[in-house]
Amino acid sequence: MLNLALIAFIITVTSLGFYLGRSRSLKLVEGRVRELHSMPGYYGLYVAMWCGIPALVISGLWLVFDQTVIMKLVLANLSPETRGLSADQLALVVNEIGNLASGSMASKETGRAIVEAAAHFNRLRSVGYASLFSVVLCAMLAGLCLALRMITPRLRTRNKVESSAKLLMALCSTIAVFTTIGIVLSVIFEAIRFFKLISVGDFLFGLKWSPQMAIRPGQVGASGSFGVIPLLAGTALISFVAMLVAVPVGLMSAIYMSEYAAPRFRAVVKPMLEILAGIPTVVYGFFAALVVAPFIKEKGALIGLAVDSGSALAVGIVMGIMIIPFVSSLTDDVLNAVPQSLRDGSYGLGATQSETIVRVLLQAALPGIVASILLAVSRAIGETMIVVMAAGMTANLTANPLDSVTTVTVQIVTLLVGDQEFDSAKTLAAFALGLVLFVMTLFLNVIALYVVRKYRQQYD
Amino acid sequence: MTNAPTFGCEKWILNIMNPKLRKNIIAARLKKRYVKERAFRFMGLAAVFSALIMLAILFSSIIGNGYSAFQQTFVRLEIVFDKNGIDPKGEGLREALSRANYGGLVKKSLSKAFPDVKKRGDKKALYKIVSPGAAFELRKIVLADPGIIGTTRDVWLPADDDIDMLMKGYINREVAESERRVKDREIGWIDELIARGAIEKRFNTTFFTSGDSREPELSGIWGAAVGSIYTMLVTLLLSFPIGVITAVYIEEFAPKNRFTDIIEVNINNLAAVPSIVFGLLGLALFLNFFGLPRSAPLVGGLVLTLMTLPTIIISSRVALQSVPPSIRDAAFGVGASKMQSIIHHVLPLALPGMMTGAIIGLSRALGETAPLLMIGMVAFIVDIPGGFFDPATVLPVQIYLWADSPERAFVERTSAAIMVLLAFLILMNGFAVWLRNRFEIRW
Repeated sequence: MLNLALIAFIITVTSLGFYLGRSRSLKLVEGRVRELHSMPGYYGLYVAMWCGIPALVISGLWLVFDQTVIMKLVLANLSPETRGLSADQLALVVNEIGNLASGSMASKETGRAIVEAAAHFNRLRSVGYASLFSVVLCAMLAGLCLALRMITPRLRTRNKVESSAKLLMALCSTIAVFTTIGIVLSVIFEAIRFFKLISVGDFLFGLKWSPQMAIRPGQVGASGSFGVIPLLAGTALISFVAMLVAVPVGLMSAIYMSEYAAPRFRAVVKPMLEILAGIPTVVYGFFAALVVAPFIKEKGALIGLAVDSGSALAVGIVMGIMIIPFVSSLTDDVLNAVPQSLRDGSYGLGATQSETIVRVLLQAALPGIVASILLAVSRAIGETMIVVMAAGMTANLTANPLDSVTTVTVQIVTLLVGDQEFDSAKTLAAFALGLVLFVMTLFLNVIALYVVRKYRQQYD
Repeated sequence: MTNAPTFGCEKWILNIMNPKLRKNIIAARLKKRYVKERAFRFMGLAAVFSALIMLAILFSSIIGNGYSAFQQTFVRLEIVFDKNGIDPKGEGLREALSRANYGGLVKKSLSKAFPDVKKRGDKKALYKIVSPGAAFELRKIVLADPGIIGTTRDVWLPADDDIDMLMKGYINREVAESERRVKDREIGWIDELIARGAIEKRFNTTFFTSGDSREPELSGIWGAAVGSIYTMLVTLLLSFPIGVITAVYIEEFAPKNRFTDIIEVNINNLAAVPSIVFGLLGLALFLNFFGLPRSAPLVGGLVLTLMTLPTIIISSRVALQSVPPSIRDAAFGVGASKMQSIIHHVLPLALPGMMTGAIIGLSRALGETAPLLMIGMVAFIVDIPGGFFDPATVLPVQIYLWADSPERAFVERTSAAIMVLLAFLILMNGFAVWLRNRFEIRW
């Protein structure tokens, strides 16, 4: 709540600054706007910037660091024996103080020292808030006075405001870069910690995946082997089945829609196909687990095949359905980019429409189609919910689509959902798997995007 | 002559030179080509229809499984709001009233309705006809109107989920008793209730107003829906402004150099990174590094923001590109600065396109599950979240949780929740299409 009050406070003072700056600029020239370098609003914005930005920076920094700083102070006040505890126990104490301070009940076992520390924590916090408010207020007032004094009719406020706005925009645009860096760093750091426990060779070339680590020595069924090959094989198997469904159907429907369909038909059917792309994957997962997998199992039993209830076939088919619109819309773009002159040339030689499509269009569009299939494969590899809900958990190294297999994404989810300690090999393995997933999809995407770019240039 | 190489087509050439045969050959060949043409065309149509059929199967199975969840079986019981049972001291204090043994009232009235049931085991089974939530229902009634104490009323109380399934016909009465969740004696009681007109299916308001529960008949989607609203609010408030600003910068201001090239390639690649990787980022960065609370809509919103940003940036750039240069030139002509021309003229014209892209990005975020699993939004949460820091779950994750539950009644609830989610998505996409048709200008 206090944070909200702080933000409201800053906003109020900043808008006050805007009006003061605006009216001051008008007063300086006695209402003759033409004598000002910029429109009066820019003078207002200029003052508001001087007022608001330092205040926002200060309070932002404070919000990030206050908990840790205050907790340090509180801990420094605790008895020496508490401070001498190991890092884990100290973390427990910190947690307890934090919980008490945020208003949860003290139980009987809570020591007096802890209760006092919590009270101390709260006291420091309120002191901190009070000082923050005063510091922010001082900064704002100082900025306000400074900016108001700087205002003269010749001050180029528009240029100044615009260049700071440009700076802000440039900062915003780096968020995307920081996201990538964040992904890479967070995944790599945890993966490195994992590789300290399990060697890279065992991970990349191991044929057995069973992440249950032994809690006590000699425990049965908890070997803790982390070989990624069965997971990759499972992912590849499911993706292959998905592609078998998605590529023919997606490709053919894109061809039909862009070359044959009457405009009316297209106007009705195209949005309907796009619905397939908009359905959340959790719905596909439910559909796979509830309808498709039992259906295939039943039909398999009829012809005497033992089909697992989480068979790669069922999962792959549903994933293929999900990917159909993806393939078809990408292919559609690619086909539309082929210049009409190629079609006309082919018709001029007397080719039928299908001959034109197969022998001219598809040849010309081949790189683009390959790229879109690569993108679809990367989508299939990274798909999570369908496999989590419908595929198996045990890592079988098999090429039989009727068996149940598991994938990289399923394992990431099962390793990280539920109770976990952050340092165990099990949890860290999820990040190593994440790294594998990221690298694989990145590789496919980079190739595909490169091919698409080259292809576009060819006909531009 | 005899050693001359043959090409395999000499005969064909001879034939085609013959004017009599030529016509036939060409006609036959043409016929074959047209057959091929029609076959190809048919394959295309078949592909389109097979995709549509899959869509139809998906929808019909969801709707077929889910429509019944909008109804819930209720049992009419004659409840004696006994003064001694609820408020023996007659103080009428709220606290005393809320602590009274309402479960006992339900049990008494059930025993009264079926006086023949005497054995302990039978009685226990009898009490299970009515949902454990019935007691809360009675408490609500009494707290709303304490004057009811001392009277006897007919109250409709929710039935247990197994009874609900029986009433809806999902439990086959023909199956052997040992393989059935509802035994013969319960079926006897239910048939008697049906005969008395004391059991019926009514509209299931609980499903829309309550949070999650272990009891299917008490569970609802409102908690998850509120969580979704908070999460989407964070996503919208962050991703739309940042996305638009980034697009404007890249499209209008950025100098063409290596750095902006990197940003561009980066954004295109981010758009294709699997969503679960964003979940890993959220776990490592927001939870473990910044120490934000687990399961909070704020963190979910942040993760989804990072995930939707590339989509919004890409569509916003397309919208900016579609504004013709003449608009900018005209603004420059009357003395506007670059920033002014963009903020006053280009941006308003590009805004409908940007909003369409943003809505589509958000609708994708609304259906997203995997990254939220990573940041702990899968917890079992009964309470309706009250803010951005409260533990919460979202609709798709609720669907995932229910899909994992073994009770038969959760299957229909999962499907019903999917129907609600899909309705939201269709609404959002419809709005985007409307926006595009209404405001987008084709230059």
